[in-house]
Amino acid sequence: MATKRNKDTSRTGYFGDFGGQFVPETLMTALRELAAEFESAMADEDFKAELDRCLREIGGRPSELYFCKRLTEQLGGGKVYLKREDMNHTGAHKINNTLGQALLALRMGKHRVIAETGAGQHGVATATAAAVFGLECDVYMGTEDMRRQALNVFRMELLGSRVVPVTSGQKTLKDACNEAMRDWMASVEHTHYILGSVTGPHPYPTMVREFQCCIGREARQQMLDVEGRLPNCIVACVGGGSNAAGIFAPMIDDDVKMVGVEAGGRNMSVGGHAAPLCAGEPGVLHGSLSYVLQDADGQTAPVHSISAGLDYPGVGPQHSYWRDTGRVRYTTASDDEALDALVALARAEGIIAALESAHAVAEAMKIAPTMGADEILLINLSGRGDKDCNEIGEILERRGKGFQTGAP
Amino acid sequence: MSLSDNRILRTFAEFRQAGRQTLVPFLTAGYPDLDTTEALLKDFERRGVRICELGIPFSDPIADGPTIQASYTAALNAGVTCSEIFEMVRRYRDGGGQMALAAMVSYSIVFRHGADAYLAEAKQAGFDGLIVPDLPMEEAANMEAMASEAGLANILLIAPTTPPDRRIEIARQSQGFIYYISVAGITGERDALPPATIDAVAELRTQTDTPICVGFGISKPTMVEEVCRVADGAIVGSAIIHRITDAKDGSADDLVEKVGAFVSEMLRPVE
Ligand SMILES: Cc1ncc(COP(=O)(O)O)c(C=O)c1O
Repeated sequence: MATKRNKDTSRTGYFGDFGGQFVPETLMTALRELAAEFESAMADEDFKAELDRCLREIGGRPSELYFCKRLTEQLGGGKVYLKREDMNHTGAHKINNTLGQALLALRMGKHRVIAETGAGQHGVATATAAAVFGLECDVYMGTEDMRRQALNVFRMELLGSRVVPVTSGQKTLKDACNEAMRDWMASVEHTHYILGSVTGPHPYPTMVREFQCCIGREARQQMLDVEGRLPNCIVACVGGGSNAAGIFAPMIDDDVKMVGVEAGGRNMSVGGHAAPLCAGEPGVLHGSLSYVLQDADGQTAPVHSISAGLDYPGVGPQHSYWRDTGRVRYTTASDDEALDALVALARAEGIIAALESAHAVAEAMKIAPTMGADEILLINLSGRGDKDCNEIGEILERRGKGFQTGAP
Repeated sequence: MSLSDNRILRTFAEFRQAGRQTLVPFLTAGYPDLDTTEALLKDFERRGVRICELGIPFSDPIADGPTIQASYTAALNAGVTCSEIFEMVRRYRDGGGQMALAAMVSYSIVFRHGADAYLAEAKQAGFDGLIVPDLPMEEAANMEAMASEAGLANILLIAPTTPPDRRIEIARQSQGFIYYISVAGITGERDALPPATIDAVAELRTQTDTPICVGFGISKPTMVEEVCRVADGAIVGSAIIHRITDAKDGSADDLVEKVGAFVSEMLRPVE
């Protein structure tokens, strides 16, 4: 069970000073109803059994724990394991959350769902859940992301959802969030907003974390089964922070080091990266108080990342709390480091990671060599890279790297 | 400082006494530029406007529809900052401007500056109240006290989705007036008010003495008239901003004249 130290929830919806519900009054009733429904669902054995069934039969859980034999040898340090969220149906951890929230939508009698998406993984996972349960579904997506993640746009449409192009702002994830919230303001009576990360107003940060905790619960047991002990260190990428929270939270009170990896982008000057925990300050964005990248007036700053799923100026409030209490260390991996790590993992283990997850792999490749051979490093491989192949090809081409053939 | 001398409270008290209602026009500060905003304020005052709402441009206004959003983006792209907006308000006051001014400002901006500092500066510049659309009652607890301390009215919003008990509590806490949102949704022009709005405001009227202004979607004089049968004021935003957008490529004088003429039309039902 968690202690106060790592889960300060003395004020509802707050993690220490972070969190809250900074939204228009129009949404307050829906948020209260959602919080109450979530609480009652989590106390309902039938709901939990149904969710478990969905995760198993639709999501493909449990996901495997995989020992990276060749990568471990190459790095020459700690034993490297992957939690294979890339093997889930639809290709990422996002399905864990969308199945949970879609079941909640049904429970609340709402027949329409909406979502924002960056990489398109959350959009595809929402569209999938909507198809499974026969819900109407609209997904908001920035036009820049629609370009970068064209395959996922096609998948969502094939699944029967409507993809609504967002052309405001930087035309990426933040702007898609704005549009989804605006839709919800007008549709809140019959629509549930399936928010895709541990961000946004209460209860989303708590609810999405709980739906993602299957990752950490499984991983914990799998480590005990395979190694007879917990890992020394866990690494996960942090966009909004849902895959990281999902693997961290169930082991937060164990003696396990944790590292969250934000997008270091091209450089660490304004607009060059998407690393609010490493380079931002506390502020309010999309309904919660958390670290955010913004200017002196509170205007959200432009961000950049090679990976659409990390290209976001905010982060979940619980990560801000973990940052300030020192429980989790946060760092960055640059675009280039992520790309190199993606290629390295593909060649060493035959696994093409999502660009988001490759940020975690990049940091792990730095940490593993510093560890003893008896130590264990666990990477949350949040998703697979099929969606990124076109984009990666173009970037490698542009950088004149191309592909070097043959094994490294 | 107390609110006894606050322009918003005084103005509504006067209206009450005279049995009159009012129009509350909204302007995006710095759209298309701050000089034009100042000229519009003066023009509105000459035409008989007594209370005006000034939107502080924000990069991510989730309660706003395309018209106001685009005006915010344009103002920010032109480089407008909070301190320049405060300076403009100060100039308006120094020039003898007497309208009551409420700032519509995101909590993202207020928090970033530090609520104490922001409120003090707003008051000092010449604002009389503030509306923080993303700060619901629960999170606003400190704000009410801090605003009163600074001499500003903290105006709260009630939405069609707000349950009955909560309406009464918000009405109790709101200072200056209550902002009743006519539709569940975002700002933007509409052809008609939802029929339930008038009934809801009439009911709220029986539950509070605080003035009630209705906003979101009010786009023509007949709607002002309809709203002011039950409310103390009608707030008009997108309909004004769209007229600024239409006129912004011409001369500033022409813009002020055109937008002012529309405001006069909208004022007629409450004159
Ligand atoms: C594979 C993958 N990993 C990570 C993320 C980032 O989200 P979060 O930090 O919430 O896990 C995304 C988002 O789209 C993703 O698709």
